Formats: sequence, C-alpha cells, structure tokens
Amino acid sequence: MSTEHSQSTELTAAATHRDVAGPLPERFENPGLEPHRPRLTDEDPGAARRATRQVAALFGVSVLGTIGVIVAHVAFPPGDSVASMRTSNLLLGAALFLSLIGIGTAAVHWAKTLMSDHEVVEARHPQKSSPEVREGAIAVLREGAEDSGIARRGVLKGAMISALALFPLGLAVPLIGEVGGDWNVGAFRHTMWKRGTRLTRDPSGTPIKAEDVTVGSAFHVIPDGLREQEHWIEEKAKAVVLMVRLDPADLKSEQGEGWSYDGIVAFSKICTHVGCPVALYEQQTHHLLCPCHQSTFDIADGARVVFGPASRPLPQLPITVDDEGYLVAQSDFHEPIGPSYWERLK
Amino acid sequence: MSQNTTQSRGATAAAATADYLDQRTGIGIAVKNFARKVFPDHWSFLLGEIALYSFLVLVLTGIFLTFFFVPSMGMTVYEGPFAPMDGVEMSEAFASVLNISFEVTGGLLIRQIHHWAALLFIAAIVTHMMRVFFTGAFRKPREVNWLVGFVLMLLGLAAGFSGYSLPDDVLSGNGLRIADGVARSIPIVGSYASFLLFGGEFPGEVIIPRLYAVHILLVPGLILALVGLHLLLVVLHKHTHYAGPGRTERNVVGYPLFPVYVAKAGGFFFIVFGVLALMGATMTINPVWNYGPYDPSPVSAGAQPDWYMLFLEGGLRLMPGQGTEWVIAGFTIPMNILVPGVIIPGLLFTVLGAYPFVEAWVTGDRREHHIAERPRNNPVRTGVGVATLTAFFVLVVAGSNDILATHFGLSINDITWVLRVALIVAPPVAFWATKRICLGLQRKDRELVLHGHETGRIVRFASGEYIEVHRPLDEYERWVRVAHEPKRPVALLPAYDERGVRRKGYRRDALRARVSRIFFEDRVDPVTPAELVAAQAHGEHDALPSASAEPVGALPAAEAAVDRGADAHQA
Repeated sequence: MSTEHSQSTELTAAATHRDVAGPLPERFENPGLEPHRPRLTDEDPGAARRATRQVAALFGVSVLGTIGVIVAHVAFPPGDSVASMRTSNLLLGAALFLSLIGIGTAAVHWAKTLMSDHEVVEARHPQKSSPEVREGAIAVLREGAEDSGIARRGVLKGAMISALALFPLGLAVPLIGEVGGDWNVGAFRHTMWKRGTRLTRDPSGTPIKAEDVTVGSAFHVIPDGLREQEHWIEEKAKAVVLMVRLDPADLKSEQGEGWSYDGIVAFSKICTHVGCPVALYEQQTHHLLCPCHQSTFDIADGARVVFGPASRPLPQLPITVDDEGYLVAQSDFHEPIGPSYWERLK
Repeated sequence: MSQNTTQSRGATAAAATADYLDQRTGIGIAVKNFARKVFPDHWSFLLGEIALYSFLVLVLTGIFLTFFFVPSMGMTVYEGPFAPMDGVEMSEAFASVLNISFEVTGGLLIRQIHHWAALLFIAAIVTHMMRVFFTGAFRKPREVNWLVGFVLMLLGLAAGFSGYSLPDDVLSGNGLRIADGVARSIPIVGSYASFLLFGGEFPGEVIIPRLYAVHILLVPGLILALVGLHLLLVVLHKHTHYAGPGRTERNVVGYPLFPVYVAKAGGFFFIVFGVLALMGATMTINPVWNYGPYDPSPVSAGAQPDWYMLFLEGGLRLMPGQGTEWVIAGFTIPMNILVPGVIIPGLLFTVLGAYPFVEAWVTGDRREHHIAERPRNNPVRTGVGVATLTAFFVLVVAGSNDILATHFGLSINDITWVLRVALIVAPPVAFWATKRICLGLQRKDRELVLHGHETGRIVRFASGEYIEVHRPLDEYERWVRVAHEPKRPVALLPAYDERGVRRKGYRRDALRARVSRIFFEDRVDPVTPAELVAAQAHGEHDALPSASAEPVGALPAAEAAVDRGADAHQA
C-alpha cells in the first residue's frame, strides 16, 4: 500500500518542483531502462542446477529421437500396403520430431534460464554517410569518369549504350522463337471433330449408338480415333464433349437448327470461363455445373449461362447418326471452344 | 587468453583454426563487430524467422525430393505397390511421385513436410508483412527492405504454385488449366502468353520440366539472393524495437547475437522444423494418389487450391459473368476474367509495394524511424491494413464457397451473392470500425495515464463519501503510453504567394493536405506532463489517499483486508 502512495507523491512533488523551477516540458521524458529483475536461476543455485539438468535431458530426447529414426527406417519400411506405408511415415516422422524438437527446446531453455538476461544497449547511427565520405565518393566517381573520357567523347557513350542495349537480343531472339513451340495460336480455333467423326466413350473409345442413350443419362465423350493422334492429349483437351439425352419436349432451344438428334445434345465440356471441364450434370434441372467456379449452364436452353462467372454458352457440337445407328458429328464446333481470348472472333 | 596454461586441447585447436582463418581472411574484424550485435526481443519478430526457417526446411527437403522426382511428361504405365493405380497410364512425373510416396522410405514424410513447409512459408511471410505494416516498420530507412520483402512474397507465391503443379495430378492439372485461361484473357498477347507457358497448346509436353526448372533453380536462387539482401539490410539498419523505457530512436536495446540469439534463433529453427516434421507425420496433405494422373477430361468436385491461391480463385468465382465479356471492334476483352485474375491482384500488389512511399509522401516525414509504432497510434494506417485484409479474407472464403455450401447445406448461389456484396461493403466497414477501435484504445491509454489503474479498493471517508482508489502508473509503464509523437495533418501553404503569383506545385500540395487530413484529422494526442499534473490536482482524492487525505472513517478490518489484497497483487 505504501509503495503506490509514495510514488504518486513523488510525482506530484516533482511536478510542483518544476512549477517553481519553470514550465513543464511539452512531453514526458524517457525514464531509461527498467531495473533488471533477477530470474530464479540467477538467485537460486538449485534452480540453476535444475535448469542445467533439464537442458541436458532435452538434448538427450533429441539423441533418442535420432536413434528412433534409424530404428524406424530399418524396422518399418513402407512395405507393400497403404497401411504399412502409413505406419512407416508416422514412426519416422514422430522420431524425427523428437530429434529436432529436443535440440530446439534445449537451446531455447538454455538461453532463457542460464544465459545472461541483462539487456544490452547499442547505439544507432544515421544511415547516411558523413559529408566527408560523400565528398570523397563523388570525387572518386568524378575522377573515374574524367579518366574514361565518357563526358568528352560523346560517340563512345552512344556506341556503348547501343551495344549493351542490343546484346540481350542475341539470347532473347532464339529463346522467344522456340519457347512457344510453333507459335500457331490459330490452333485454338479447331478441334479434331469433323463431319462423320463418331462419338465414343471416354476413356474406352467405344462408339455410342443413339438407342443406348437413355433419357436423362449423361455421357463423357471423346472423338473416335483420338489415341491415334500425334498430340492426342492436346486434342483431348479441346475435343471433350458432354452428351445428354433430354425428353425432346424439354428442349427449349439449341444453338443451331437440327444440331441435336432426337433429344440428344452434345456440348463442349471445356468451360467458357477459364477452361475447367464442366462435369456435374443435374438431371432434374438440366443444369450443367462447373465444379471449379460454379458457372451453371442450362443445356435444355442452348447451354445458356444461368449463374456464375462464365459469359458465354458452352459451344454445341452438331450431331446426327450414321448408317449403322452410331452417333457422329455433323461438323466441328462452329466457334472456338474454351475460354475467351483477344482474337477469338477474328 | 593464450597464456592460460590450463586451457583444453579443444580450445587450442579452435584458436589455431581461428588464427589460420584470420591470417587469410581478416575475419576477426567481422567476428568482433558482429558476434555481440544486439537484437531486440519480441514475439512478433519471430514471424520473419519462421519464414526463414521454413525456407531452409524447404531447401533441405526439396534436395531430398529432387533425387527421386522425375520431371517428365513422357507416358508410362504404373506398376507398383499402390494397387488402385496398377496398370494405369500416367506421366513419369506422376509415377515418380507415387514411387516417392509408397516405395522410398521416408519419401512421403519428406514430401508432406515439404508441402506443409511451403504453406507455412507463405503464411509466415504474410503475417511478418502484416507485423511490419501495422507497426510502421517500413518507414525510412527501411522502404527498400520492404520492397525486397514484397518481391520475396511474390517469389514465394511463384515457388508455391510451380511446386504445386509438379506432381502432374488431375487437381493441379486443372489449376494449370485455370492459369492458362487467365493468361489467354490478357488483351492482344493472351494467346501468345499461353503458348509461351506451355510451349504450344495446353497442356503440351514441356510444362512440367519448365516448372521444375522454375521451382528448383530460378525461384529458389532468387529467393536465396534476396533473403541474403533482406538480412544484410536488417543488420545495416539494426532491428526496430517497440517503444519502451530506455528504447530510443538512437539506440537498440536487446540481447547479444552470441550467445543468446545463436541459442534462441538456432533453437527456434529446430522447433519450426520439428513441428513441420510432426505435421508431415500425422497430417496428410495433397494425397495425389487419390486424385489420379492428369487427364484433360475429369475434374473433382470440391477442389481447393493451396491457401495462398484461394484469394485469386475466390475472385474468379465471385465475378458475375453476365455482360462482362466485352467485344470491341471484333476483339474480345473478357472482363469477367481480367478483373479478378489480372486487374484486382495487380492493383492489390501495386498498392502493397508502394505503400511506404505513399505514406512518406503524405506525412512529408523525412526522418529515420526505429521505434515500431503501436498500431492504435496510427488509426488510418491500421484501418487501411484491416480493410485490405478483410477484402482478402472475403476472397479466401469465396474460394471455398463450394465447401461452405456442402458442409453447411447452404445454397451456392446465396453464398456467392452474399460474398459479392461483402467484398464491396465489408472493407469500408472494417476500416471505419478499426479506426474507431484504435481511437478508443488511444483514449483508454490516456485514461490510464491520467487516472491510473482501478484497484478495486473502495474507501469510505468520514463524510460518508465512497471512492475507488486508483493506482498511478509507474514511469516505465506510463512511458509506453506517452512515448509516441502527437501527429498533425500537413499544413497547406496558400495558392498565391505574397506577390499574388500562383505557387508552383500548389495542386499537388493541396492533394497531399487532403490525404494528410484523412490520416490525422481524427486523433488522440498522448498525455502531456501538464495534463497529468492537472488531472492529479483536480482528482486528487481519487488518486492519492495519502497522509493528508487519509480516510479517517475506514474500518480497520477492511483496511487490513485491502492490505493483504495489495500484497497478494505485488507478489
């Protein structure tokens, strides 16, 4: 009780004293470092010995952990099953944890209990160099520039800058020439679908008869002969199609006259937003949902966008059946599939 | 020292080595200047250390992984212990990741530590950046180091994204496809940007080897160089410290590098590594064997990128698509992708990088600052930071809107609409609330300095009056609350000088004065000594039940109880 009284009394006294001596300062003054408070280990040799033992024990934990890693490596290999792989992972990791955490906690405990905790003060100096050093630096630079003659011989400056500015082209031109493959960005316009290409199941490649497509079912479709293509994976990335049979009465619109066959509609599976495969079909609503960004398309209505960040409908693949009753394409898509780009409509 | 005849053989050997090195490198001067260098102590200074140590863990575990990973998109057929994938066609990259996960002893552990460390690396960078931002530690002379750190954050994102895609699984493959879609949206050069990335049409056969070169050479090389520069500048500038007794703009108070920080920081590396090892041991991350190899057709529902990409993903999800694809003169400008994918992140990062220079211009302050500010003492800056984080958080949540919908049984459309509105409304609200909270905290500080701590001691005077005794702050405790400078908006000189000539640069000055007013118009100044004296004079019996104002009516028993309470408090 008495401490707090005396402190405040001193303060008032000091303030009063200042009143007499002159006006109060505008702001408080920094009181300087707080007095050091000793820790238990500073005062009690028993505590210090205890801390030493604790630090040593923690290092011991680390040693045991490292031995544990070696034991786990030898005794618990990943084996042939997922279960044995998980056991191996868990034991190795737990032992590694002990091996590391032992060292870490030992070092921190050591620093906090046994190393000096007296705060040290170091002076700061302004970052900028002294005027003499600056003058010296400028003099050196000036002397060098003088020596090189760059100021007097203007032609040298121009020639040097031109040469230095141009030399990176020697590396950049071959790199830019090659880094984009053939740079044939027109390839975005076409897919491998053409008149008469059969629609086949992904990934088996078996053709699909119209009669096999029941109302409400959805098929993931690739073009026939995809795997024979040289760059089949790039072709697949453009040509994948989602095909659904609707009740013809539900079909409100399509993107072209006669592009569907008896209620079977086929749309590019590549989202017109940023290109994820649009794979979630809701049978009841005829909605197609992109799982990446939730663009939603109504395939009964020409794949109109009903929600989400996509702007355009999924391009429709015109289809029909061939003589044997298999579903085939009437042509390629009538517009570039996938996300928008600058020259898409050119 | 060398005269000491009882020194051990170890010490002799160390001395000989030191002598050998010093004669050839003159390293003695560096040791002398550096070994006892003082660093201040504060938990928030550990955030940057966590970033550094997770980077070291990434390098160590990354080297391990390079010995087993095959960066090739050549096709192969898997034959190995993981039965569900037996006979499946996949790239050699994916097959090698299965090999690392199932056949290399410790391979899965190292892979998982590597992935967790990557997430922690970027989380630590971001929180470290928040600490620097909110305490104004980016002010002169540290603006350049802020830029270095800012570039390090961008490199961290590049490292994360390039590494994430390397296993060539279906999840990361669709992530690359989204990146391709965003690249294509860029006006004029979009298609070429896409070809540049993939060496032709998506996905091509070069993206994995290219990302590998970026991930293990280019980006880590740059990170290493810039980390070196970042730390060099920390040493040159000497670390900031928080306001406190004895801490000034002209000194740094703390503990010496050797031995205290060698032990604490060195130990902390092992703690970070140890925790990451425990995470790798017990928490599955990126189980690519469940996703399967990349194929352009399938996609998994509920797909999430790593957390640091969620804000970009969330932006793409929130942007409405209707009417946002512009066609001008036959050229397509897909604003539905450009706005969230290019413009908003571009703006966000530009503002973030430029902020120290903006604030320096607004305040016109050209002095060096080495005392980290308490966030409450700069309410507008703190508000701007919280508003930015709020927008970031809304976008992160939006990046998980499908998970929210399925876990909480909500409509995805409703969530998306709520978040669209929140992205516009929440940041200004957060700014306003944060600013009010900061001003309130400053007032609380004033209150505390002027009237002291409430002690809970009720005293009755002879007159029957009851008061609660307040305990004044001691000068150390008080200093933390009064150390900051009172701030004022910059004054605007008149538009015309005394000869009636319009002053050059008036418009720029006027703009600056306006922004400066936004920053400092609402303010709470620290208590001055005069205010404290005045407060104590009129509230004397409140604060000072000293000898002259001894409450005569206090009951002896109550007094004793109070004493015990006070003693207990001090103990």
